[in-house]
Amino acid sequence: MRARSAPRAEPNRERLLVIDPELDSQADFSITDLPDFLERGDALILNDAATLPASLRAAVDLELRLLSLLDDGTWLALSFGEGDARMPTELRGKPRELWAGSRLDFGSGLSARVVAVDRASPRLLRIAFEQTGSLLWQALYRAASPIQYAYIERPLSLWDVQNAYSARPWAFELPSAGKPLRFETLFRIEARGVNIAHVTHAAGISSTGDPELDQRLPLTERYEIGESSAALVNQTKLAGGRVIAVGTSVTRALEAASESGSVRAGRESTSLLLGPGSRLRSCDALLTGLHEPGTSHYALLEAFAPRALLDRSFRHAERAGYEQHEFGDSCLILRGALRATPKAPSGTRLAA
Amino acid sequence: MEISGTAALVTGASRGLGEALALELGLRGARVVLVGRSRLTLEPVVRRIVEQGGEAFALEADLGKKADVYPLAGAASALVGPIELLIHNASELGPTPLRLLLDTECEDLEHVLAVNLLGPFRLSKVIAGSMALRKKGTIVHVSSDASVNAYERWGAYSVSKAALDHLARVWAAELGDHGVRSFSVDPGEMDTRMHADALPDADPTTLARPPDVARQIVRLIRSETTPNGARLEVSREEPAS
Repeated sequence: MRARSAPRAEPNRERLLVIDPELDSQADFSITDLPDFLERGDALILNDAATLPASLRAAVDLELRLLSLLDDGTWLALSFGEGDARMPTELRGKPRELWAGSRLDFGSGLSARVVAVDRASPRLLRIAFEQTGSLLWQALYRAASPIQYAYIERPLSLWDVQNAYSARPWAFELPSAGKPLRFETLFRIEARGVNIAHVTHAAGISSTGDPELDQRLPLTERYEIGESSAALVNQTKLAGGRVIAVGTSVTRALEAASESGSVRAGRESTSLLLGPGSRLRSCDALLTGLHEPGTSHYALLEAFAPRALLDRSFRHAERAGYEQHEFGDSCLILRGALRATPKAPSGTRLAA
Repeated sequence: MEISGTAALVTGASRGLGEALALELGLRGARVVLVGRSRLTLEPVVRRIVEQGGEAFALEADLGKKADVYPLAGAASALVGPIELLIHNASELGPTPLRLLLDTECEDLEHVLAVNLLGPFRLSKVIAGSMALRKKGTIVHVSSDASVNAYERWGAYSVSKAALDHLARVWAAELGDHGVRSFSVDPGEMDTRMHADALPDADPTTLARPPDVARQIVRLIRSETTPNGARLEVSREEPAS
């Protein structure tokens, strides 16, 4: 499938592939049709994490990408060697060797010490910044840039990689499922009697350029679910409403928080991996971007719909000219979405 | 709104009304981010708040620059959590002595609009989304009587403030039903450096003191009855609470 090569100036043009596991079929719509698929009493859950500038350069041949912030205030980071930040990661040079105690100067008043180097993969580091408080955050925003992608034609700015409702900068890459959601659409969804709430999930990077390390993804990611969001999800389930997760990060947070039954509020970490056969306790439906079969993202979709339907839908999307990745089109997996109702959406239906 | 425990951001906080607002909020228990062009002038204000048991942080930003907005919003919410109270206080007069519109350079008007109008719009745009999601938040726009009166030589500043008042109204119209309050407040003539720059011959003893005005503005923020979208005037006669 073609990758979308630039952020959209007009997100409402984004297409929406609706996949209905109950009817075993899919159909084409526009993102502006999304409200028509949701009903009074449903809950739409967003990830409100803003995207950090997570790419730091310590030297021409040394880029560090932040992966996660640990409880003790140190950060996990991955080193990359020579090459442009927009080169495919697997084509980058081998990064220089670092060891515990190595000092890294990123310029703009930001510096760090390497605290530990991963034994299995020396590119994986734990670092401690030498600044704290407002000096740290100001220097980090000055020294770092957002993580770049090989298929995006121009460098991405911080403005390109935020969702409209983002708050605390917890995410290392854009939680992109929310990118096409404009407030026009969110307010229409609310006006239908759908409750909108949020979790905060520190979405991590999607690829390291190292197949062995990729096997370890997702790394442990922290998330926070507020009391009111947890209560909303639990009440929605009790009352027979549907919980629609916006993105795989929301799915992972809600499912990790409900492993023992209902959703528990609080701040936790999870490395929960969802896939075919996973029993979903909280999420009934998923709004997400389109990503290729074979990725961990695609495997997570299999918790919501059978593989055969997903493969068929993906092939259809490819033929129909859908675009994938962060700034690409969207897909909604929702049981019963395509059942004919009097308030059937206005989009163009295509035969499955 | 309750001030204690609130995550607040005040622009132009190194002196004058901004400094007084940050102090008033900090002493009432808000977690305050103070924004200005230089950390050097912000730090003494931060120290005063912290010394009195408050929580405050300084962040440098040039509000006339689009590229400074996300770094500011991101760093601020990393430090104090999602911003619940946003006060647009920073202002640019343009070149002084103030000049007639016919003598105003186009670039000077552009710069004044960038700081006084585009800056507040951009910062609200990246912060008010999370307020609407949480159904909670207040945006305060510090205005001027030049926004409603046409004074000679105040052209660039006054058109920016007139537009800012209207920006406050439109935010209220669009977000009022979603739990977000927005209003503008005319602080009146105060004994500040900006006032001295604009009107060097004014007698400071006839002017209001910024801490008194800040207390009144904070009272308007706390009051649940402050009408959404209103343009409010701080009255000098009102006793400070």
